[in-house]
Amino acid sequence: MRGQAGAAPGSDDRGDREIGGSPNRVGGIDRVTGRQVYVADVPLDDPLHVKLVTVDAARAGIRSIDPSAALREPGVRLVMTPQDLPRPMPRFGPQFRDRPVLAVGETKFDGDPVAAVAAETLDAAEEGARRVRIEWEALPAVSTLDAALAPTAPLVQDQALRPDDPLSGTNVLREHRYGWGDVEAAIAGAAVIVEGTYEFPMVTQFAIEPHAYIAAPDGDGIAVWSATQHPNWLQRVIASILGLPLAKVRILSPDPGGAFGGKQHAKYEPLLAYMALRAGRPVRLVLSLEETFQAVRRGASRVHVRSGFREDGRLAFREVDADYLIGAYADIADRTVAKGSYTSAGPYAIPAVRIRARSVLSHTVPSTAFRGFGNPQQIWAVESNMDESARVLGIDPVELRLRNLAPRGETFIPGDTPADGIWAEAVQRAARRIGWGTPLPAGRGRGVAVGLKSGPTTGLSHATVRLLADGSVVVYSGTSDMGQGARTIFAQIAAHELGAPLEWVTVVMGDTAVVPYDQQTSASRSSVIMGNAVLAACRDVQAKIRAMAATLEDVPAEAIAVDAGRVRLPDRELPIREVLVRGLGRLGGEVTGLGEARKDADPQHPLGGTAAFYEFNCTAVEVGVDEATGDITVYRHVTVSDVGRALNAAQVRGQDEGAAIMGLGHTLMERLLLDADGRIRNLGAIDYKIPTTLDLPVLIESEVVENGDGPGPYGAKGMSEGALLPVAPAIAAAVRDATGVVIRDLPLSPERVWRALRERDAAAEAPTLPG
Amino acid sequence: MTSGTAHTSVGAEPPDSPLELTVNGRPRRALVRSHHTLLEVLRTDLGLTGTKECCLVGECGACTVILDGRSVDACLVLALEAAGSDVVTIEGLAAADGLDALQQAFLDHGAAQCGFCIPGQLVAARALLQAIPEPSRAEVEDGLAGNLCRCAGYEQIIEAVLDAAERQARPAAVHAPERASAPKGPPAGPDPASVPDARVAPQ
Ligand code: FES
Ligand code: FES
Repeated sequence: MRGQAGAAPGSDDRGDREIGGSPNRVGGIDRVTGRQVYVADVPLDDPLHVKLVTVDAARAGIRSIDPSAALREPGVRLVMTPQDLPRPMPRFGPQFRDRPVLAVGETKFDGDPVAAVAAETLDAAEEGARRVRIEWEALPAVSTLDAALAPTAPLVQDQALRPDDPLSGTNVLREHRYGWGDVEAAIAGAAVIVEGTYEFPMVTQFAIEPHAYIAAPDGDGIAVWSATQHPNWLQRVIASILGLPLAKVRILSPDPGGAFGGKQHAKYEPLLAYMALRAGRPVRLVLSLEETFQAVRRGASRVHVRSGFREDGRLAFREVDADYLIGAYADIADRTVAKGSYTSAGPYAIPAVRIRARSVLSHTVPSTAFRGFGNPQQIWAVESNMDESARVLGIDPVELRLRNLAPRGETFIPGDTPADGIWAEAVQRAARRIGWGTPLPAGRGRGVAVGLKSGPTTGLSHATVRLLADGSVVVYSGTSDMGQGARTIFAQIAAHELGAPLEWVTVVMGDTAVVPYDQQTSASRSSVIMGNAVLAACRDVQAKIRAMAATLEDVPAEAIAVDAGRVRLPDRELPIREVLVRGLGRLGGEVTGLGEARKDADPQHPLGGTAAFYEFNCTAVEVGVDEATGDITVYRHVTVSDVGRALNAAQVRGQDEGAAIMGLGHTLMERLLLDADGRIRNLGAIDYKIPTTLDLPVLIESEVVENGDGPGPYGAKGMSEGALLPVAPAIAAAVRDATGVVIRDLPLSPERVWRALRERDAAAEAPTLPG
Repeated sequence: MTSGTAHTSVGAEPPDSPLELTVNGRPRRALVRSHHTLLEVLRTDLGLTGTKECCLVGECGACTVILDGRSVDACLVLALEAAGSDVVTIEGLAAADGLDALQQAFLDHGAAQCGFCIPGQLVAARALLQAIPEPSRAEVEDGLAGNLCRCAGYEQIIEAVLDAAERQARPAAVHAPERASAPKGPPAGPDPASVPDARVAPQ
């Protein structure tokens, strides 16, 4: 990234403008009046409604598909089957081109569609879908790590998809190895070694907006609406699958109603595109929540951690061995495994590290990005291991972290970005806020954990900023605002730099025919990378204003500075707007600025690039455990994130607390359950619970560490995932503190805690057997 | 070998039935199918898409509307059951002169993130404040327990509801909070004198 590493672009002056304040969300009024238009709400002329056709099995051999009865159903206009698609079946995917537009010959997970029906009404589409006659037989499926890794396991992926890969005869999609230092020597020299195996179940994103898609013929091209996080990526997928130039593929991406990673990569957009072209009309598919559960999830994992310490509690080595259960198609899952595992030794200075991680295919819903991107699974394991180690060493868990955290500037992963924050500050503040070390009532316990996540490893964002004749501003950005508040941040930057009130700034997003390129909206990158692009575009405008001022005032341009909305002449200051109006003259017009920000790839790096920044969070909690029921009450939840600089205090708080509560979901209650045949048993909101107002901590407190040491505008770092990362190990540590039981599986449901308490009691009562 | 078709014998479709109800103070009519829910009629037949659709089983609250004074999940109410009823949706919340106190408080507290759950939260909160004008925090938590927010902005939502209750109870005593969008910098409308002359014809 240009101007990266310590040198924060932008003025450091918080000033009178909006940076760091809590102006109302841009788009907020539409959100509180019901006027915000999501994909399901987009008005369309004469659309067809689409329903997917699936079979009730984790894996099925498809013998035949007969659409004739469906086509006789009144209102049904089109039944799309694999027969109606090009041969060989077009495939797509961000890492491997393995996902077919429709399953052909074999379905690979519960919910994998084999056909789709388009009809004049949703009722007709649903009736049509029921009438598509499918001859199928259930095939043996693998839906657990052990089953998928068994030598005799049926292969999930067709070997022909990776012919040169020696692993293609197994269900291991990829194996990743990282490390440094002499682990064997460190093992021999360690004073204390602590190890354990930790499991993390499948959970689902559960955005309140179920996924929805529209496609429509658009002149000699196609228009596709999707609540996607990556409009430009989707544009490439559709263009390549249909053989169209990018300019003939228009992606409209209304703000997603929550995404959390689940709306990153193409799912049913290619299918809809083919259907729209065939029908010659707009087609819309709104998934049910149940179908959304069958579209996205987080990878489950089993992680073995082995840590060695010196007498003084300094880490001597760490070994991590992780298997992630990914789904039937790769989606971006292997990248979550690679990236989540790469930093799995944690934010610590460790002389010797050995990491192995495998992504294991199974006949389950394709796992994909989900807030934290492969890291929460590792952090659950490694930070739980830190807590257990603290007890074995007889060192306070907060002190153990402080002794091992990498100081700012230290290279803690050889070849990668050095520690970019004063991480100890977050730990100390969390400990102080929770009252670490002070007495607690009986039955209560405290726990602490930290989380680190590597930010984006590559990035490219373009932005356009137009300063209109009256001093108002239009910002064009290809980022998606899915609730994180990207629009507001960009408006704040433009308002601050160009001297416009925030109410005078419009941010245009969501249409690839209008906005310039943005690589993607993920990895908490937007404030940093697109933020820098918007800042650069504003700087471009400022340079033109400076040239105007030089002409108007007959002063050399070098003698003029333009920043924070002001034109600083040698003898006086003027608002940008005044120079603009005079400079534009009678014809008016506008001043346009272009900006670009990039984080270049590094082909030598195992992830293809170094971290643009790290997200770091420390979470400290106080819990009570009901010994009779196993129920956990979170009395206090303190979350402290190192954000570099909070550009919008209310939005930072919303992201931190929202991530913390989402973390409590997978910690305390969430888990997808599969039956013996691999079908999801708790499909939908009745049986899959997420936190409500009744599940909140009694007190939740969020703080930020702001040292202006991020690479984004005004020293900001990305921050939308950090507060989720260490929730589970912090809560588990507090449960251990309260009860003495150590639990290594999630969620910490009342049943699981209750069983652990009974086992503890039984062990205490059991007579000690002689020798 | 299994057959995947689920052949249900569908008899002749019952004819659509006329429905009359009042929505946001306006009498509305629609011809509806007997199995359609109030949610479908609001969104599809009446074009009121502010009410959202998520779980369709009464668990998420995204579809909350006020039906004859009570908050209900519109996905669980058959449209014909609502015949003759008075329905308030998110579109009917705002006062004629702008946002109502709840909407303004949600905005001021940053309670809306992605916004998808917010219509349901606001309508549920309105029903709550009608029943309990000055609720305790626990009463707000109970009143909104049926409204999921995956962005989990619950703290800011609860604070907004408590603040709106306060504003309604003591309107004169309450000032707009600091972070309300008081414009800074230039005045709030373009200054016509400073805008280049729009009447200049392009050459
Ligand atoms: S859509 Fe009605 S309660 Fe969820
Ligand atoms: S604001 Fe996103 S679900 Fe509530």
